[in-house]
Amino acid sequence: MSSFPWLTTLIVLPLLGAVVLWALPRPAARGEATYSSDAPAPGPRRTREVAFGFAVVELVVTALAVVAFDTSKAGTVQLTETHSWIPAFGVSYAVGVNGLGLVLIAMSALLVPLVVLAAWREQGSEHGASNRLRQYLALVLLLQAFIVAVFAARDLFFFYLVFEAMLIPVYFMIGGFGGLRRRYAAVKFLLYSLAGGLIMLIGVIALYLHGPGGADGFLIDKLTGLSLDPTLERWLFISFFVAFAIKAPMFPLHTWLPDAAEQAPAGTSTLLVGVLDKVGTFGMLTLCLPLFPHASRWAAPVIIVLAVVSILYGALLAIGQQDMYRLVAYTSVSHFGFIVLGIFAFTSTSISGSSFYMVNHGFSTGALFLLVGFLAARRGSVRIDAFGGLQRAVPVLAGLFLVVGLSALALPGLSPFVSEFLVLVGSFATQPAAAIVATLGVVLAALYILWMYQRAFHGPVNAAVEGLADASARERWVIGPLIAVMLVLGFVPGPALNLVRPAAQVTITQVGVTDAPAVAEGSAQ
Amino acid sequence: MIAAFTAPHVAWTAIAPVVIVLGAGVVGVLVEAFVPARFRRTVQVVLAIAAPAAAVVAVAALWQGVKQTGGTSVLGGSVLVDGPTLVTWLVLAALGLLSVLLVADRIEGGEDAFAPSVAAVPGSAYEEQARAAGSMQTEVYPLVMFALGGMMMFPAAGDLLTLFVALEVLSLPLYLLAGTARRRRLLSQEASMKYFLLGAFASALFLFGIALIYGYAGSIRFSDITTATATPSDLDPLLVIGLLFLLVGLLFKIGAVPFHLWTPDVYQGAPTPITAFMAACTKVAAFGALLRVVYAVFPGLNWDINPVLWIVAIATMVVGTVAALVQNDVKRLLAYSSIAHAGFVLTGIVAFDERGIAAVLIYLLAYGAATVGAFGIVSLVRERSADGSVVGEATALSQWAGLGRSHPVLAVTFTLFLLSFAGIPLTAGFIGKFAVFSAAVAGGAWPLALIGVLASAAAAFFYVRIIVLMFFTEAQDDEATGEAPVPAPAPAVAPADEDGGSAVAVAQRTATATVAQRTTTTVVVRGEGFATVAIAVCAIVTVVVGIDPTPVLDLIGGVAKFLP
Repeated sequence: MSSFPWLTTLIVLPLLGAVVLWALPRPAARGEATYSSDAPAPGPRRTREVAFGFAVVELVVTALAVVAFDTSKAGTVQLTETHSWIPAFGVSYAVGVNGLGLVLIAMSALLVPLVVLAAWREQGSEHGASNRLRQYLALVLLLQAFIVAVFAARDLFFFYLVFEAMLIPVYFMIGGFGGLRRRYAAVKFLLYSLAGGLIMLIGVIALYLHGPGGADGFLIDKLTGLSLDPTLERWLFISFFVAFAIKAPMFPLHTWLPDAAEQAPAGTSTLLVGVLDKVGTFGMLTLCLPLFPHASRWAAPVIIVLAVVSILYGALLAIGQQDMYRLVAYTSVSHFGFIVLGIFAFTSTSISGSSFYMVNHGFSTGALFLLVGFLAARRGSVRIDAFGGLQRAVPVLAGLFLVVGLSALALPGLSPFVSEFLVLVGSFATQPAAAIVATLGVVLAALYILWMYQRAFHGPVNAAVEGLADASARERWVIGPLIAVMLVLGFVPGPALNLVRPAAQVTITQVGVTDAPAVAEGSAQ
Repeated sequence: MIAAFTAPHVAWTAIAPVVIVLGAGVVGVLVEAFVPARFRRTVQVVLAIAAPAAAVVAVAALWQGVKQTGGTSVLGGSVLVDGPTLVTWLVLAALGLLSVLLVADRIEGGEDAFAPSVAAVPGSAYEEQARAAGSMQTEVYPLVMFALGGMMMFPAAGDLLTLFVALEVLSLPLYLLAGTARRRRLLSQEASMKYFLLGAFASALFLFGIALIYGYAGSIRFSDITTATATPSDLDPLLVIGLLFLLVGLLFKIGAVPFHLWTPDVYQGAPTPITAFMAACTKVAAFGALLRVVYAVFPGLNWDINPVLWIVAIATMVVGTVAALVQNDVKRLLAYSSIAHAGFVLTGIVAFDERGIAAVLIYLLAYGAATVGAFGIVSLVRERSADGSVVGEATALSQWAGLGRSHPVLAVTFTLFLLSFAGIPLTAGFIGKFAVFSAAVAGGAWPLALIGVLASAAAAFFYVRIIVLMFFTEAQDDEATGEAPVPAPAPAVAPADEDGGSAVAVAQRTATATVAQRTTTTVVVRGEGFATVAIAVCAIVTVVVGIDPTPVLDLIGGVAKFLP
C-alpha cells in the first residue's frame, strides 16, 4: 500500500477549509452599509461555494482512501501513521482505521457536503446572515476534521483529546445558530458531555498507569490485553462507558439530546445525531470491549436491559411528540438502543449489524432531520399540528419524506432493515429474551413514523400549508443521494458488510467469547 | 593585630536573576528621587520591562549548569538554586514581565490603572487637584519589582528565615499596590486594608511556626531540619504544630480554603493589572515554596500532614467552584475560579509522587498565562458614561453581553482563556489538569482526582456562562431595564459599529460603542498596545502549550528535582 498519509490529509483538509473560510475577505463597504441594506454582498456566495468545495474534495479524498484500503484485510488497522507527540505523557499522534472506522469516516464525508448544501439558505433571512453563515460553515468543517480524527485515533489520549475538543464547535453550532432556547440546549449538551468526558479522563489516566507506560504508552494496541485487577477493570469500564452512554445517548442519560436536536439547526442535528453520537457506540465497540473484556461481559446484562429500555422508551416518547425535531431525536434514542444491544450481545452477527446500523442510521436520521429542516424553513414551525395535507401541497417533498421515514422504520429494501435484522438475529443467539422484547421496538417504529406522516401529510389541507413551494432542485439533491445510498446498501449490503464483519470478529476474539452460530447469516443478502 | 577579614564567598551568578529584579527595584526608587517627573514614567517602564527580561536571560544561562549539577546552594545555604527554583524563576519572570506590560498600559488621555495620588483621601479636593495636574504614581513600578524579587526568593529559600523574609518582601508591596486603584478608591483601600490585616495575621502564624520548628530541630537550615525530622523524638507534637502553622502561612498566600476569604475582595478591589500580577505570580511563588517545604524539607511528615492537605484540597475545589457559580462580577468570578484552581494544584501536591513536582509547575505555567491574559482583557473592557468619556472597568457580567458580536477577536481570546481554565483539550489548561490529575492518580489519590474532575465539570458551567453571555446574548435582551430602549447614541469619538464589523477593524478602533446598558455603555479601549502584546503572548502560550507541550514538558521535567 502506498504510504500516503490519507487520514492526516482527511483531518487537515477540512481544517484548512475552516481557516480559509475565516480568512475570506468580508464583503466590502461594510462600514457604510447600515442595518437596512440587505443586498447580498459578494462574500456570502463564495463562502458557500468554498465550504461546499472543501467538503466535496474531502469526499473525493475519502473515496481514494477507500480505494487505498485493502478490503480483503478489513479487520486489521490500515492506513496507519504514528508519530511521537508528547513523549513525556506517553502520547503519540497515531491514526489508522479498520473497516468500521473507514465506513464511518466515509459516511461523515458524504453527509457533510449535503449539510452544507442544506444550509445554503439558512441564516440568510436575518441581517448580518452572510457572516453568520460563514461562521456556521467554518464550524461544520472544523467539526468534520475532529470527526475524522476521532474515528481514526489509535492513541487513547489522542482519542480523548478529540472527543472533548469537538464539543466546542458543536457547542457553538447549537448555541450560536439555533432556536429560541438554544442557549439552554447548548449548555445542557456541553455540561452532560463534559461531565462524562471528565469522568472518562480519570479512567484514561488510570489505565495508562496500569499499562506498560513509556513514550508511546497511550497507544490503544499497548493498552489492549492487559491483565487488570477485576475490580479496577470494572471501575475503568464504568468510567469509559458512562462517557459513551451519554454521547450515544442511552437511557437514562439521553435527556440532552431532544433539547439539543429541537433547538439546533437541522444541519447541526444531522451531524450531531448522525455522526457525533456514533462516537459513543464506536467507543463502546472499539474501546470498552477490547480494553475491558471481562468487565464488558460482567456488565453486559445490565447494559442490555438499559438498551432494551432505550429502544422502547425512545419509541414510546417519539410517539408522543408534537415537535418533529424532538420526535426524530427520540427515534434515535430507540435506534441507539438497537446498536448497543447488538454490541453487547457479543456475536459477530449482532456486532456487524450494529456497526452497519451506525452507518445506516447516519444516513436515515440525517435525511429525516434535513427534511424536517426543509419543512421548518417553509412553515416556520415543526409542530405536527401546524401541518396537514402536505402531500397535496408538496408532493415531491412528501414522497421524499415517506421514503426516508420508511427507512427509519426499517422497511426491507432500504439499508436500515439489513442492519436491524442482523442485530436482532445476532442478539437472539445469546440474548433471546432481549431480542424478542426489542422486536416490539420495530412495531413502535412503524407507529411513530407512519402516524406522524399521517397527521402531517394526509388529511385535510391545512390553510397555512397551501401555497408552500415544493422541494427545490437543491433540496432534491440533498436528499436524493442519501436515498440512493440507502437503496444501494439495502439491496447490495455485501461490500459494506464485508468491511465491518472482520472487525466485528476481531472484537469477538478480544472479548473472549465464543461466537454464537450465525443464525441465518447471509439471508439478509 | 586583627585577623585578616575573609569576605564571604557569594556566587553572584547563581542568584543573578533575583539580584537583577531587586536591583531594578532599588534603581527605580532612585529614579523617583532623581529623574525629572516628565521622564520618570518612561525610565520606570523601560527598567521594569528590562529587568524581568534580563532575569529570563539569566535563568536561561544558568539552566545547563543546574541541569548537570543538580543545583547549588548559595549564601551559605540560605538560597537553593536547583531545578524547581529555576523553573519558578523562569515562570515568575515571564509572568512578571507580562504583568508589567499590563501595569504600564494607558488608555487615551494617559490614564493608567492607578490613582494619580494614592495618599489623597478619596473624593477630596487634593485628589482632584492631583488628577487635574496629571500626576502619576510611578512608584508602582519599583513596588512591583520588589514584590517580584520577593516572589523569586520565596521558593528558592534554603532556611526558614529567608523564607519568612521573602514572604514579607513579596507581601508588603502587594498590600500597598492593592490600594492604588484609580477607580473605586474606597473599594481599593478596603481591599488593601483587608489584605494587610489578614496577611499580617498569617505572617504571624507563619513566624510562630518557624519558632516551633526551630525549637524542635535546633536549626533554621532546611537540610538540618530534614535530618532532624528523620528520627522520631518526644518533641514530635512541636514539629507537627510548627509545620501546620507554616502551612497556614503558605496556604494563605495560595488562597486555599479556609484561608481564602481575602481573595475575592482583594482581587476585586485591586487595580486589575495588579490583580493579574497577584493572581498569577503570587500563586506560582507560594506553590513553589509549598512544594519545597512538603517534598524536600519535611518528607518524613507526609503521613502527618496528608490528611490536612486532603481536606484543604477538597474544600478549596468545592468552595471555589460553588462560590464562583453565583458571582455576577467578572473579577470576583475569576477570583473564585483562582481559588478552585489552587485546589486543583493541591491535588497534584498531595499525590506525593515524583511527577507531582513537574505537574504542579506545568499547571502553574498554564494557569498563570491564562490568568494574566484574562485580567488583561478585563482591564480593556470599560464603561462609557453618558457624556462619552471612558470611565472604570465594566466588571458586571451583564455588561459583557454581546461582546462576541461587537468585538469578536477580544471575545474569542477571552474564550480561549476561559476554555484553558476549564481544561478543554488543545489548550494549556488541559495539559496542566492532565498532569496534576495523573500525578494524583499515580500517587493513589484518585478520590481527589475524581472530586477534581467533578469540580472541573461544575466549573465549566460558569466559564461557559461568560461565553454564552458574550456570544449568544444580545446586549439588550439580558436585563432590559427601564432605560434600555437607548438606540446606542453614536458617540462623537468613534463611529458606532453595532453588528461586529471586521475583526481587525474593530480591534484597531480606539473605542467602539456597543452595548446600551442603562446610562453607561460598554466599550473596549485600545490602550497603548502594552496590554495587547501581553494578552497576545498569553494567548499564544495557551495555544502552543496546549497543542505541543513537549518542549515545555521536557524543559521542566528535565530539572524537576529538589536539592536535598
